[in-house]
Amino acid sequence: MARHEESERIVITGVGLASPNGANLDEFRRALLTGKSGVVPYEIRYFGKTFAGVCNCDVLKYQTRRELRRGTRAGSLSIYCVGEALKDCGIDWENVPKDNVGVYIGVTEHGNVETENEIYEIKQYDYDCSYWSHHHNPRTVANNPAGEVTLHYGITGPHYCLGAACAAGNAGLIQGVQQLRLGEVDFALAGGVSESIHTFGIFAAFNAQNALARHTDATKASRPFDVDRNGIVVSEGGCVYTLERLSDAKRRGAKIYGEIVGYGMNSDASDFVLPNAERQAQCVQKALRNAGLAPEEIDVVNTHATATVAGDALEIDALREVFGASKKTYINNTKSFIGHAMGAAGVLELAGNLPSFNDGVVHPTINVDNLDPKCEIANLVLNEPKEVGNIRYILNNSFGMVGINAVTIIGKYEGD
Amino acid sequence: MTSAELRESIIGILKEIAPDEDYDGLKDDVSFRTQLEMDSMDMLDVVLGLRRLYKLPIPESDYPRLDSMNSTIEYLLPLLNEKE
Repeated sequence: MARHEESERIVITGVGLASPNGANLDEFRRALLTGKSGVVPYEIRYFGKTFAGVCNCDVLKYQTRRELRRGTRAGSLSIYCVGEALKDCGIDWENVPKDNVGVYIGVTEHGNVETENEIYEIKQYDYDCSYWSHHHNPRTVANNPAGEVTLHYGITGPHYCLGAACAAGNAGLIQGVQQLRLGEVDFALAGGVSESIHTFGIFAAFNAQNALARHTDATKASRPFDVDRNGIVVSEGGCVYTLERLSDAKRRGAKIYGEIVGYGMNSDASDFVLPNAERQAQCVQKALRNAGLAPEEIDVVNTHATATVAGDALEIDALREVFGASKKTYINNTKSFIGHAMGAAGVLELAGNLPSFNDGVVHPTINVDNLDPKCEIANLVLNEPKEVGNIRYILNNSFGMVGINAVTIIGKYEGD
Repeated sequence: MTSAELRESIIGILKEIAPDEDYDGLKDDVSFRTQLEMDSMDMLDVVLGLRRLYKLPIPESDYPRLDSMNSTIEYLLPLLNEKE
């Protein structure tokens, strides 16, 4: 493994998450090990009935109803996740210098929800723009979710959102690592968020692409790698990690979930929507090089697969290319439980796998009744969790539209 | 429209903006900003709420008239009755 100085080794010390099947890491992990789906029937104006992953976390734990009304759902989920992560990491938050804290939140898109709402409102006034809300600007600026976090927690260090389609969560995590290594901040809140289920446009657009999941049973709708998969279940969600330099984490005796030992990002430069297996493989290899690891050293690959016919098969092509010779690399998928949480997807799915460092279990990919031969790969963990023993490295894939790929590798922290 | 009817409508708008406040004890002669800790965005919500409810444009120069319940009713009631 590539060795960095302790001051350059970045570790995860806290996890805050909102998943459709869990409001914290313990609930989420339990759901992933017991086959509990978070996908439910859902209805949204204009589009009508569909499925979605809906979060039921108690956002009023951190915000008043008045604050909820002022901000956005993405901001609110971010505030919730940060609150949970700060509590989990055990830092003396009151005494943390807030100007040395950075907030880096990945988003697939932001602003569509508010714009649709405003157009819906002014439609009732014959599209008279004088009925348009003054809240539209602060709610739709691209930094909104991260900015709401700083407003709520009094953070005066840098904040911004990273737009990287469905690779955005991992991009947020990578940004946090980089900013800590650069010395720009001493404490990073990094992750991703999605409020996408509150815009009808995303459902209509995936439907227009013939890429929106259909099924008679909501819990079966998200079925990556199954031969009958027919598209994406759109979900909301969030996940934020507290990141610290290893030296700082050790100094305060922090619990360490794992170390971000490597990452890679690249671009397909080939198509607006169709993934590119060659570039995905290159991105995974880039992350492995960055970590100084060989493919056979990776114990778990958490796939991005969204249950589209083309996308799943292309990702497996990429993984066969890199891990084809590795006998001990297990492969799973989290979207089969929660749908596609867009900007939160990478970091949220990674979080669901972090407990593997402690329990030695790989959560499965559910809803695979008939494995598509095009998605066959060795050690794909299907439908039931698998105990595999000591897990030291987890690799997480996240890929997004317009050709953006982001891969992270997390190592178990085993002391010095 | 009576003063009581208008007051009820304004309370409805305020409840949208600040749902956690106690409106039973609202003092009609005290500024909304002070009493309900409202900022400039909240005050614009009052303006927009009134506009949407009564289709009544309120010029910026008249915003100070929306300071308290009493001043708001005093300003709006003649305008609304004239509109009817």
